[in-house]
Amino acid sequence: MTKSGADGSVKRILIAEDEPNIVELLTFILERAGCVTRAVTDGEAAIAEIRRDAPDVLLLDLMLPKHDGYAVLKSVRASADNAGLPVVMLTAKGQERDRKVAESLGVNAFITKPFSNQDVVDQVLALAGAGAAGR
Amino acid sequence: MLTADVVVAIALGYVGLLFLLAFLSDRWSRKGSRWISNSPVIYTLSISVYCTSWTFYGAVGSAARNGLEFITIYLGPTLVFLGWWYLLRKLVRIGQVNRISSIADLISSRYGKSNTLAVMVTLMAVIGTTPYIALQLKAVTTSFEVVSGGSGDLLGNRSGDSGGSDPALWVAVGMALFTILFGTRNLDANEQHPGVVAAIAFEALVKLLALLMVGLFVVFSFGGLENLFPEEMSRRLLERENVFGGRWAVLTFLSATAIICLPREFQVTVVENARESHLRTAGWLFPAYLLLICLFILPIAAAGLTRLPAGANPDMFVLTVPMAANQEMLALFAFIGGFSSATSMVIVACIALSIMISNHIVMPVVLRLRWLRLYDSADLKTLVLFSRRFSILLILFLGLLYYRLSAQTEALASMGLIAFAGVAQFLPSLLGGLYWRQATARGAKLGLMGGVVLWVYTLLLPSLAEDGTMFGEIVSNGLFGWEMLRPQALFGMTGFDPLVHAIVWSLTANTALLIAGSLFSEQAPLERLQSALFVDVFRNTPGDESRALVRSAAIDDLRLLSRRILGADAADRQFRDFALRQGRDDGVPVADTAFITHLERQIGGNVGAASARVMISEVVSGETISLDEIIRMVDETQQVIEYSQALEANSRTLEQTAAQLRQANQRLMRLDTEKDDFLSQVSHELRTPMTSIRSFAEALLKADEMPPDQAHRFMRIIHDESLRLTSLLDDILDLSHLESGEVRWQVEHLDPETAAVNAIAACEGLAAETGVRVEHVPADTPAAIRGNRDRLSQILINLISNAIKYNDSAEPWVRVECRVEAGRWRVDVRDNGPGAGDVAPDQLFSKFARGWRQIAKGRSGTGLGLAISAEIARRHGGDLSLTESSDHGSCFTLTLPIAQ
Repeated sequence: MTKSGADGSVKRILIAEDEPNIVELLTFILERAGCVTRAVTDGEAAIAEIRRDAPDVLLLDLMLPKHDGYAVLKSVRASADNAGLPVVMLTAKGQERDRKVAESLGVNAFITKPFSNQDVVDQVLALAGAGAAGR
Repeated sequence: MLTADVVVAIALGYVGLLFLLAFLSDRWSRKGSRWISNSPVIYTLSISVYCTSWTFYGAVGSAARNGLEFITIYLGPTLVFLGWWYLLRKLVRIGQVNRISSIADLISSRYGKSNTLAVMVTLMAVIGTTPYIALQLKAVTTSFEVVSGGSGDLLGNRSGDSGGSDPALWVAVGMALFTILFGTRNLDANEQHPGVVAAIAFEALVKLLALLMVGLFVVFSFGGLENLFPEEMSRRLLERENVFGGRWAVLTFLSATAIICLPREFQVTVVENARESHLRTAGWLFPAYLLLICLFILPIAAAGLTRLPAGANPDMFVLTVPMAANQEMLALFAFIGGFSSATSMVIVACIALSIMISNHIVMPVVLRLRWLRLYDSADLKTLVLFSRRFSILLILFLGLLYYRLSAQTEALASMGLIAFAGVAQFLPSLLGGLYWRQATARGAKLGLMGGVVLWVYTLLLPSLAEDGTMFGEIVSNGLFGWEMLRPQALFGMTGFDPLVHAIVWSLTANTALLIAGSLFSEQAPLERLQSALFVDVFRNTPGDESRALVRSAAIDDLRLLSRRILGADAADRQFRDFALRQGRDDGVPVADTAFITHLERQIGGNVGAASARVMISEVVSGETISLDEIIRMVDETQQVIEYSQALEANSRTLEQTAAQLRQANQRLMRLDTEKDDFLSQVSHELRTPMTSIRSFAEALLKADEMPPDQAHRFMRIIHDESLRLTSLLDDILDLSHLESGEVRWQVEHLDPETAAVNAIAACEGLAAETGVRVEHVPADTPAAIRGNRDRLSQILINLISNAIKYNDSAEPWVRVECRVEAGRWRVDVRDNGPGAGDVAPDQLFSKFARGWRQIAKGRSGTGLGLAISAEIARRHGGDLSLTESSDHGSCFTLTLPIAQ
């Protein structure tokens, strides 16, 4: 349970989610898949954390306090250092419109709640590998 | 024996009385007293100018000669007033709306203000009236001679020329004086003469009284009716042939026509009418008057035939019967009655004719001849008055002349009916004009012309014929010796009464020519307009004409013109009044079409419609009649207008409906957006706990080795989230029911303080769990409210538990303060928590308020609590609001009305 990526390196995941239950769940399944996770509960903290120490993948809830998921995504894509950071967006708003907006902003994966745990893990690992390969 | 001097003195005294009465009435009405024009009784009495000396004396004569035939003279008018009240009302309405000054004016106006027609009618009226005036003069002379015992005798026959002292001349002069004094005293725009009307009404009473008194005297002196009418007399008076025959019918018809068409009747009925409603009274009162007038005619006739020697003149029975009984005073009173009948007829006829002659013959000629100079010099008002006075003198002169010329013949006696037949020729044009929209001026001219020609040929000419003259030759052998053209047996119609024969021929031809002429001619635009205005007078409002005629003029020209005709004061008043009506306070009206039309009517009241039109046309620039307007007015005018009004109303309704629909649609769209938002929110709120449930369950299923406490924790989360899901669904349903108003809850009187205590108690567990101190500050005064106990608790628990749950202060407290304030019970739920942030209050109470939920994420609560609480408060007639919010705390306030 230490190996996570295809290259065998440990992937570091940042979880930006304000529902404590969901944070606990995501932490649980991702650590089981061999990732290291950190969690923030609002958009402002997410942006600050990425700037301080960029993760391999950002798991981003859309409905965040302070700055919502779109704002965080925009900020990441506009940043000098982390523009290519893989972002998986999670949302309970199941509307197609939101997916379109997220894709236009350059999201890498878009997952609607409720989700399959395996699906989240697969997407995150795939992006973590690709992202690592791209560096 | 009454001497001539006494009779003259009394007659003069009576005339003096009339002058005084007329003078005073004029003065009163000029001072603003309206009792003459306001009295329907005086109006009705003035209509009885119908009963002239011919009916006063002649009816008895006729009864003595022809039995019941005299009744036809009263029957016709009675039928018109009782049965054809509508016609009179229409005449009066048209007269008032269009300021009609005479029957000539009426017919001329109706047919496009045709001056030719006005002249024709005027001439015909003069021809028909002159013998009638002569008849009155003769009656006065004869009766004077009889009553004064002058050269007459008890037989009442004229005894030849009475020499230079013929009273007819003096009567004529007196009447001329009276008529000029009171008939042309001033030019009133509506041609009303209150002085004359009052005098006429007085005379009507006098003649009625005189006849009644003679009748009563006769009945009493004979000791009852049965003595008056022995069998032989009854047979003689009542069982004549021809009664209810053709002549009877024609006479009834003629007298019915006369009451409408006689110029003097038109004058008193239509022109002098002050109020349409007076006709209502006249409708029964005038027939009643006629009934009283003819009540004693048969008794007087019977008495004359019994008491007086054979050969006595039946026409003078009214005088000679009392005289034979030596009742000189009664005879004198009867003479005054007859004198009243004669004078009132002469006066009104003179006024009516003078208006016609002056307006339709003299003024147009003068206007045409002197038109250019008229404007620079003459005062038209003086000119009009002068022409009126001249006309009066002319008419009386003609009457006197006719009287003198025909005095030696007996033709005069039959002139009454001949004159009736003459004016009856107006009837087709008049009725056609009032009821048949297609009647044209050409048709009216043709009909009138044909009728008059036949009237002259079949009735007038034979009456003048004497054996051996050219007329006599025509009557016996026909025109040019053609038998077919014999005036009294036209086209072989022999064996008829000459009057019946003449009436049937002339009126048939008249009517046929009117119809044919109208069908084969086109109406001029103005004619079409006028015909619509007249025929539909009850459907049009005054001033319709102005909608079709587009005219403009210089206001100064109009003022000059109207001052000359109406007089400076009256004209200025018109201008001022109309300016006010137009909403201008400078006294200068805008010379628009409406004003010009109004002015033309006023001027028309003085000089007749045709002349007024000529005058106005001279100052009006660019007179155009818009064809569209005409078509709109004439071709089924009213239907079109009504239809378009209905359409307008419809389209107004449609507009309103459309506006309402637009509003409803906007509301629906807003509601739809709200519903979408709500669904989106619900979806989001449902997905969150479902995510936890699904994913933790999945984790439990997949994980092979999991510490038991972790598995237990996951299951607790699943359990809690399921509960959260359930309460969310409950709240959604609750709110939905509340908003749709479907919930009916039990309402009772309750103590809110108790509810507060209970709510705090219910939250004790939560408070203890989170370490929040809850205080209760009760109200000073007790209060009761009406409401549902459970729902009130629901609000309070929601407020208190929110305050507890979201309070993350170091020393958290919640204070529940109650008080009574301004008739309401108020509770403040105050805390020292984080406040509502920058969330707008209205959003706070909407569904799924975000602010607080965001802060307290993860704790139980659905986000619908405040929305539900606000809804409950609203349904209690109360209010829930956020009254304070800062970083140091917030305060929610609930107020509820106190139960009375």
